[in-house]
Amino acid sequence: MLLVVEQFLNGLQFGLLLFLLAAGLTLVFGIMDLVNLAHGSLYMMGAYFAATFAAWTGSFLLGALMALGATLVLGIVLEMSALRHLYGRDHLDHVLATFGLILFFNEAVRLIWGPAGLALPLPAWLTVPVPILPGIHYPAYRLAIIVVALLVALLLYLGVMRTRIGMLIRAGASNREMIGALGINIKLLYTLVFGLGAALAGLAGLMQAPILTVQIGMGENILILAFVIIVIGGIGSIRGAFLAAIFVGMIDTLGRAFLPNLLRQVLSGAAASTAAPALSSMLIYLLMAIVLVVRPEGLFPANRR
Amino acid sequence: MKAFTVSKAVTALMLAGLVLLPLYSQLSGNIFILTLFTRIVILALAAASLNLIMGFGGMMSFGHAAYLGIGGYAVGMLAQEGVGSGFIQFPVALAASAIYALVIGALSLRTRGVYFIMITLAFAQMAYYVASGLARYGGDDGLTVYKRSDFSGLINLSDRTQFYYLCLACLFAVIFLIWRIVNSRFGLVVQGLRSNEQRMQAIGFPAKRYQLVCFVISGTMCGLAGALLANNTDFVSPAVMYWTRSGDLMVMVILGGMGTLFGPVMGAVVFLLLEEFLSQITEYWALIMGPLLLLIVLFGRGGIMGALGRAGRG
Repeated sequence: MLLVVEQFLNGLQFGLLLFLLAAGLTLVFGIMDLVNLAHGSLYMMGAYFAATFAAWTGSFLLGALMALGATLVLGIVLEMSALRHLYGRDHLDHVLATFGLILFFNEAVRLIWGPAGLALPLPAWLTVPVPILPGIHYPAYRLAIIVVALLVALLLYLGVMRTRIGMLIRAGASNREMIGALGINIKLLYTLVFGLGAALAGLAGLMQAPILTVQIGMGENILILAFVIIVIGGIGSIRGAFLAAIFVGMIDTLGRAFLPNLLRQVLSGAAASTAAPALSSMLIYLLMAIVLVVRPEGLFPANRR
Repeated sequence: MKAFTVSKAVTALMLAGLVLLPLYSQLSGNIFILTLFTRIVILALAAASLNLIMGFGGMMSFGHAAYLGIGGYAVGMLAQEGVGSGFIQFPVALAASAIYALVIGALSLRTRGVYFIMITLAFAQMAYYVASGLARYGGDDGLTVYKRSDFSGLINLSDRTQFYYLCLACLFAVIFLIWRIVNSRFGLVVQGLRSNEQRMQAIGFPAKRYQLVCFVISGTMCGLAGALLANNTDFVSPAVMYWTRSGDLMVMVILGGMGTLFGPVMGAVVFLLLEEFLSQITEYWALIMGPLLLLIVLFGRGGIMGALGRAGRG
C-alpha cells in the first residue's frame, strides 16, 4: 500500500515535470510552427545554471530563481540570433538546425563545466519526509515539485486563456499574417513565447536536478518523452500535453515499479528479469502506437487549419 | 549522359577515388585511411537508403539508425549463439530490418509531417531501450562480435581490402537499385506522392501502400549497412541506434543533396572526413560542427550537389 501510494505520487511528479517540458515544446510548435530539438538543451542548461548559481549564492531558492532568469534570457538570445531565421522554413530544416544546436550546447557545457556531472544539493528543509496520509511519508522536495508544477500549469492556463497576451498568442497561432496586419508586433510576441518555453524547460531541468545528477545529454532522453507526449496529446494543444504528460509519467513510473513483479507471476524468474526492463521501457511507446492507431492526430488535436 | 557538368565530374572523381583507395593505402602504408573509409562507405550506404524515403519519397524518418542496430544485432546475436555463417546472418539481418520497417512504417505512415519525424524518432528510441535491456547480449555495454561473418571461403571479411571492396560493392549495388527504383513506375508513383498525395490518391493510387513498400525497401537496405557495420567494428551496442546517429544520417543526406543519386555518398564522405579533421584539431569539434550545421541549413540550399549544379551553370 505504502509502495503503491509512493509510486503513484512519483508518477504524478514525473508526469508534471514532463508537462513543463512538453508545454514549452508544444507552445513553440503551435505558435511559431517550429520544431525545436534544442528544447532538451534548454532543460539541461536550466539544471547547470541552477547548480552553478546555487553553489555561488549558497542558497537553493536564490540559485533556482537566477537559473530561471538565465534560461529565459538564453532562450530569448537563441531565438533572436538563430531560430528566428528558421520560421516559415521546412520542418526538416528545423530538425537539422536545432540538431546542430544540441551538438553545440553539449560541447559548450563540456568545455565550461567539464565532462563530469554536477550535483545540486537540497537545503535541509526540503529533505524531510512529510506525512501525507496517516503512516505514509513522502519526501518534501518531490511534493514541492508537484505543487510548483501544478501552480505553473494553472498560471499557464490562465495566462493563455484569460489575459490579453494570451489572447494574442492564441490569435497568432491561428493566423499569423492577420494578427501582424492588425498592428501587433509579431516578432516580439514570438520572442516572448520562445523565452517562456525556454524558461519552462529550464524550470523542469532545475527541479529535476537534485533528484538526478546534472550531466551532459540529460535533456535528450527526456526530450524524446516530451515528443511522445505531444504526439499523444496532439501537437499545439496545452490541455492535451497536460493530460498526456500525466498519463505517460504514471505509466512509465508504475510500469518500471510493478511490471517486474507482475511478470514474475506469469513467467519464470530468469525470463521475467530479462524481459521486464526491456518491456517497461517499451510501455509508453506501445501506448503511443495504440493512440496513433486509434487517433492519428493525437487525443486532443488543436484546432488548426 | 547528356552533357558534361561539374557535379558529374566531381561525382566521377569521388567514385574513382573510392575504388582506388585500397591501392593508395597499400602504397603509402596508411592502414588507418582504409579503416576510416570502410566506415564511410558503410554509412554512405545507410545515408543512401535514407535518401530513398527522404529525398525521393518525402518521408522524413528520424529513426533510421534503428536499422543499423537491428542489422548489427542480428549478426552479433547469431554469432553469440554459434551461428557464424554469413549466409544465415545477412539474410536474417535483412529480414529483421524489413519486418521492423513493416511494423513501424505501418504505424508511422498513419501520420505525416512533423508527427512522422517524431514518431520514427520515438520508435527508434524504443529499439534503443530494448537493446539496452538485453542483458544476455551485453545490455548497455554492447556485444562483442568475436568472429566476423563467415562466407565459407567466398570472401574473407577479416581481410581489410576484401572487406572494403565488399562494402563498396554493396554501396554500388544499393545505388544501382535505388536508380532503378526511382526510374520505375513504382518510383515515379512514390515521387508523385511526395509532390501531391491528394492528387495521386484521386488518380487512384493507394498512397499508403506505395509509401510503406518504399519504407520497407529503405529499411532493409539500411539493415545491410548495419550488418556490415557490426563486422567492421567487431562490436555492436545500443549506441549505434542512438537518436543522434539518426541525426547524423539525416545530416549526411541533406549535406550531400537530398533526392540526388550520389548526394548522400558525397555527404557521408564530407561529413565524416570533416568530423575526423575537426576532432584532430580540437577535442571540442562539435562546438564547430553544430553551428556549421546551422549555417548549412540556413544558407546551403540543395547541399553539395546543389552547389555543384549552380557552379556548373554559373
